[in-house]
Amino acid sequence: MFLRMLVRAAVLRRGRAVSALFAMVVAAAVATAMLNLYIDVQAKLQREFRNYGANIILIGRDNSGNDGASLPADALARVDSVLAGRGIAAPFALVVARTSGGQAIVVAGTDFERVRVLDRWWSVSGWPKTAAGQFGEMSHYENQKPHPVAQDATRMGHPQSSSALVGVRAIEAVSPKNQAFDLSFQGRTLQVIPVGTVRTGAAEDSRIYLSLDDFIAWTGVQPSTIEVAASGSPEEVNAIMNQLALAIPTGEVRPVRQIMEGEARVLGKTRATLLAAAALIILTAALCVLSTLTGWVFDRRRDFAIMKALGASQRLLNSFFAAEAAALGAAGALIGFVIGIGIAAWIGRVNFHAPVMPRLSVLPVVLAGSMAVTLLSAILPISLLRRVQPAVILRGE
Amino acid sequence: MFVRLVYESFRRQKRRKLLAGVAITLGVTVATAMIGVATDIGDKINRELRTIGANLVVTPQEDSLDVEIGGVNLKPPTDGAFLSEADLPKIKGIFWHNNITGFAPMLPVSVVIDPNVKQQDGTEQNVTLLGTYFAKQLSYGKDEFVTGVRSTLPWWKVSGAWPDDSSQDILVGERLAKRLGAKSGDNIATAGRQLRVSGILSTGGTEDDEIVAPLGLAQEILGRPGAVRRIYVSALTKPEDAFARRDPRSMSGAVYDRWYCSPYPQSIAFQLAEAIPHSQAEQIRQVSQNEGAVLTRIEGLILLITLAALFASALAVSAAMATTIFERRAEVGLMKALGAGKLAIASIFFAEATLLAIIGGLVGFAVGGVLAHQIGQSIFNSDISLPPVLLPVVLAIAVTVTFAGSAAAIRRAVGLDPVFALRGEL
Repeated sequence: MFLRMLVRAAVLRRGRAVSALFAMVVAAAVATAMLNLYIDVQAKLQREFRNYGANIILIGRDNSGNDGASLPADALARVDSVLAGRGIAAPFALVVARTSGGQAIVVAGTDFERVRVLDRWWSVSGWPKTAAGQFGEMSHYENQKPHPVAQDATRMGHPQSSSALVGVRAIEAVSPKNQAFDLSFQGRTLQVIPVGTVRTGAAEDSRIYLSLDDFIAWTGVQPSTIEVAASGSPEEVNAIMNQLALAIPTGEVRPVRQIMEGEARVLGKTRATLLAAAALIILTAALCVLSTLTGWVFDRRRDFAIMKALGASQRLLNSFFAAEAAALGAAGALIGFVIGIGIAAWIGRVNFHAPVMPRLSVLPVVLAGSMAVTLLSAILPISLLRRVQPAVILRGE
Repeated sequence: MFVRLVYESFRRQKRRKLLAGVAITLGVTVATAMIGVATDIGDKINRELRTIGANLVVTPQEDSLDVEIGGVNLKPPTDGAFLSEADLPKIKGIFWHNNITGFAPMLPVSVVIDPNVKQQDGTEQNVTLLGTYFAKQLSYGKDEFVTGVRSTLPWWKVSGAWPDDSSQDILVGERLAKRLGAKSGDNIATAGRQLRVSGILSTGGTEDDEIVAPLGLAQEILGRPGAVRRIYVSALTKPEDAFARRDPRSMSGAVYDRWYCSPYPQSIAFQLAEAIPHSQAEQIRQVSQNEGAVLTRIEGLILLITLAALFASALAVSAAMATTIFERRAEVGLMKALGAGKLAIASIFFAEATLLAIIGGLVGFAVGGVLAHQIGQSIFNSDISLPPVLLPVVLAIAVTVTFAGSAAAIRRAVGLDPVFALRGEL
């Protein structure tokens, strides 16, 4: 009987029931989309910020605490195992070499495949080929094997020539016509073939980059710096820093503070803006549902009066309207949730080129909120009508 | 007659009109606040992004190569070219001077710390002394402004006091201070002078191993008054696109003007190089490239949310209007029974809707403006102001949405048979 009353009430006044449900669905959809975005935007923006490159730097130190000492040969492998896919690291080894004209120039050895992923802002005209061949297909840098850095320069015998990436200011100084040129370091000469130039607007412009294997074979100098771009929340990055410090006791782990602080500020402000917008929009939607539903229940004062005249107790009436409101709230919340997930996913696709993951944890919140709003909008008119005699309403007064 | 009908309708049905009015006001409030935030968010986030550091660097045109490893410059200090400190205020004279949030000159000098303080292995303490502005008062024309590392490099933290730009006080990087055992208030003997340490500097970068001093002091030690090695400039820029990357020399007049007058990193760099003689300016790609990406994402996100908010408030307003009209079908029946034409009835409803929309729109715009201001103050500590041109736009949107929301309901109400409506059988 109770169920039949509920169903008939919805079927008989289809138009009003549908418009009330529609308002509920819109509100629930908007709420779901906003909450989903709010939760997900941090992860999405953190990914954007990783394009700023390293947020942690690992520097080798000698016994008296000076920078620039070599890191252990397996340092990169250890960094990779600490990161375990939560970021990328690139080694750098630096020496000052001289050109045949006697000019001092900084030469660096690095892993081009890793730098390419880590330092995306490098504007490079052509990357040198590495031993592994072309690396355009390297899409999952997490799966890279540790680089074989432990090579002995004397045993290998130093190479005669090496292809290199040359900074835009360095190339003007040493080889304006893009020809091969000689560099010497501690009496060992290397012919450098420029295959591309790099422009960054910073120190890299004055340097020459060789592949780490060639560099070690030529100079015998191991990397002294590993730049690490660790992904995750500030707590996760701090945890990674602590693990790195434990894994490589001879190196010093330093945060790149401007990146970390800037990231935290921008993320915080964006989330705060989003929260303000979400609160505004959800509040408006809830108020509109409230007004629509209140009107609907108020309109049905005749049903109410007839039930009362037929002898329904106040408790039965209350539970009838409460059940109706709860059913409407639940149905609206479920449909709205699905649509809201769709909206959030669409915004994610359009704006971040990656879908926003549906968060099931949002569902209970939206469900409870919707039912609270619908119950509230049923209670208001009922408590108003409670004291009125059914005869007065039935007479149409 | 027409005016009286509308007036009476408002007077008699206060509750219904109030409900519809509140719905419109709320919708317009949210729309106004969100549009305000969306139009200003780019500028606000751009300013926050400036905390990552300068995005442009100006260097001498004929400079020799930097030979620098880990912040230690191995180039002979007198080698290479310098910029002139006297040209610095001209940065505030370029076309986009309002977009320059700050700049700081740099002059690194190699100094030897007091020979009495030797390192454990007995070698001399060779350190870099970096001359710069901390918070220097400068003027260009009638413009007075303060600039220096305190504003351009906000992550530099000092325990103790920042030195005055005209003093002989210095900051000592925290790792260097540890090695030397120096505290703020100590004196350090270097380059034939006794320099007072006013504070210990912590940056997380190479400056932690250096001494940072007022520019004047560094020039004195180097013996080159007025010399500056490079200038870091923080500018608010627009994300670059294909047009920004074109070479200005290959452009024709009008296209060149458009490029020159857009705040791209490239065009601001171009103007900086023009303003400062014998210089070249370059964007620091790590900062400027990523800035554009982050900015585009956040702006896009807020824009899409604003669209969603507009859509939701439009729906809410439509629903409220439909309800109020639906409730008045008996009235429509009576009017029709008395011989009112469809057009007359519809025009009464539309007049009411317009009146509601304008009142709701005005109130909503005012409240939305206050809301946007509050959001700006509490999140960004700066004002979000609404352009006045937004008012007619918002009013037009409010009227359109109210009309659209009413249209279907009015058509149904007008199409009803008055007999059924009057008997209350619908």
